[in-house]
Amino acid sequence: MAWFNRKKKGILTARHERIDVPAGHWVKCPRCAQVSNRRELDQSLWVCTKCEHHLRFGAERYLSLLFDEARFTQHDTDLRSKDPLTFTDRKAYAKRLRVASQKTGLNAAVLAATGKVGGHPASVAAMDFSFIGGSMGSVVGEIVARAIRRAVEHQLTLIIVSQSGGARMMEGALSLLQLTKTTSNLALLKERGLPYISVLTHPTTGGVTASFAMLGDINIAEPGALIGFAGPRVIRETIGQDLPTGFQSAEFLQDHGFVDAIVDRRQLKRSLVHLLDLILEP
Amino acid sequence: MPKARHKYLLDFERPLAELEEKLEEMRRLGSGAEDLADQVADLAARVEELRGSIYQNLTRWQRVQIARHPLRPYTLDYIDALTTGFFELRGDRLFADDPAIVSGFATFRGSVSGYINRTVLVVGHQKGRNTKERQYRRFGMPNPEGYRKAGRLMRLASRYGKPILCLLDTPGAYPGMEAESRGQAEAIAHNLLVMSRLRVPIIVVIIGEGASGGALGIGQGDRMLMLENAWYSVIAPESCSSILWRSWDFKEEAARALRLTATDLQEVGIIDTIIPEPVGGAHRDPRATMTAVRDAVGAAMKEVSALDIDTLLRERQRRFDAVGIFTEDTS
Repeated sequence: MAWFNRKKKGILTARHERIDVPAGHWVKCPRCAQVSNRRELDQSLWVCTKCEHHLRFGAERYLSLLFDEARFTQHDTDLRSKDPLTFTDRKAYAKRLRVASQKTGLNAAVLAATGKVGGHPASVAAMDFSFIGGSMGSVVGEIVARAIRRAVEHQLTLIIVSQSGGARMMEGALSLLQLTKTTSNLALLKERGLPYISVLTHPTTGGVTASFAMLGDINIAEPGALIGFAGPRVIRETIGQDLPTGFQSAEFLQDHGFVDAIVDRRQLKRSLVHLLDLILEP
Repeated sequence: MPKARHKYLLDFERPLAELEEKLEEMRRLGSGAEDLADQVADLAARVEELRGSIYQNLTRWQRVQIARHPLRPYTLDYIDALTTGFFELRGDRLFADDPAIVSGFATFRGSVSGYINRTVLVVGHQKGRNTKERQYRRFGMPNPEGYRKAGRLMRLASRYGKPILCLLDTPGAYPGMEAESRGQAEAIAHNLLVMSRLRVPIIVVIIGEGASGGALGIGQGDRMLMLENAWYSVIAPESCSSILWRSWDFKEEAARALRLTATDLQEVGIIDTIIPEPVGGAHRDPRATMTAVRDAVGAAMKEVSALDIDTLLRERQRRFDAVGIFTEDTS
């Protein structure tokens, strides 16, 4: 069958498309397809060195990035979801929880810690999208609320790094009321005059945007992050037409007055410290 | 029987309606004829039996259907029946008015509870009765202006020391481009922040649909009341089906999984009081529904008004902090 014989020599698969590279060693930028190795990406804080696209950066990485010398005390690592509704869709929620926990090594979609940021004592909560889409159920709500209360009790600056698809469907109304739990504690923090900086990363949508993520005294977003209430797909279905490019991007939100500053991840720590120095001037 | 009721029969009600019709016809024909009396009585008994078996075993999805019934009483109907002298106030003072939320001061009529003739601020989602009004009120799906109007008026009520009555009935906040551009999320979040510290009692009644942040944005307070066939959850069953099952066809399963009925929510401590509805739903006997809601609201108002304001705020915070089910292994 000559048809199927390769006649021409020298047709090669592009190097980065070959499947014989060690798995997990190379990472392709989802925007510009630039391929970098993990070490390079670690150095650039997972920002593509070619197009500056911000790749996913997990909760643990944010904690190490923000706290001075990457030193911090973690809290609430023993809280776990209980599957209160014994929820099952195509998969059982209990199983999703087990898988998420094994895959990420985390107990929940958020990590809370205290330590110093530029010398300022701070309570930081960082969400993690890789744990069931960073969704907020009873545990995430409780951990965030405790991080806020910790700031109130010990007079700390509060920083929350958001990264979430919204409230977690598998805990029904219990998830919805975590919006109430987190914001009511924020109200107490604000009454005490303690600063709260909200850092919005890709993506931040739904119930997380509609609660603590939008309520920073100062809202800082990473470039290109998707930020909104309703997801793009839902809006597209409602209005029956395509959305303009850049709709619901961090830049779009800044143009419309909902984000104070857009900060490249590689400048995030420096910017936050600068800001805290200004605000917390003795 | 009013014609409109037939026009809006829900699928699971059809066998009952057919039987009811037959019974009526027999009664018409057989008036006076003694030999028919037995058969009529027999049929009447079967109608009652069927009615019982349908309405006492409503599935969660069937309740969602009742909550969406086009003849179900809406916020303005409640305002009409529960209060006098409603003075509607409009506009967010920033951009526009939003007819998907109505609000204003009125005198709450009260009753047996003893909480009578007091000024309250009423805030509620409003759906439309006909196509034109439905479009005008965006099917009860607010834009940011609606939440900002509600927030402005609730702060006003707090300044004047007037308690707030919130009536929830929305399929969700409007998911449109303009809503996003004007900060739907910020508008809702801001209300949550404000409502948690308002220095007046807030009574919330879920009268129909209570979907997600769209409901919560005017719906947290010191007492949560819910009509028997209303639903309340983090997402509408159809959308949940679309996301988790990747198809619109699993709405019944989603409704079941979400546990969105009044009894479900009372079990997990979210709802304080379930207000019973007439057999078949609130629309079958709006007057009885109104009386039940008025009494329940009055009783709740009386309870929370007895507390001094600092105690009320402490209790409110405790309520908000208490919601959530998880394990904490401290060993």
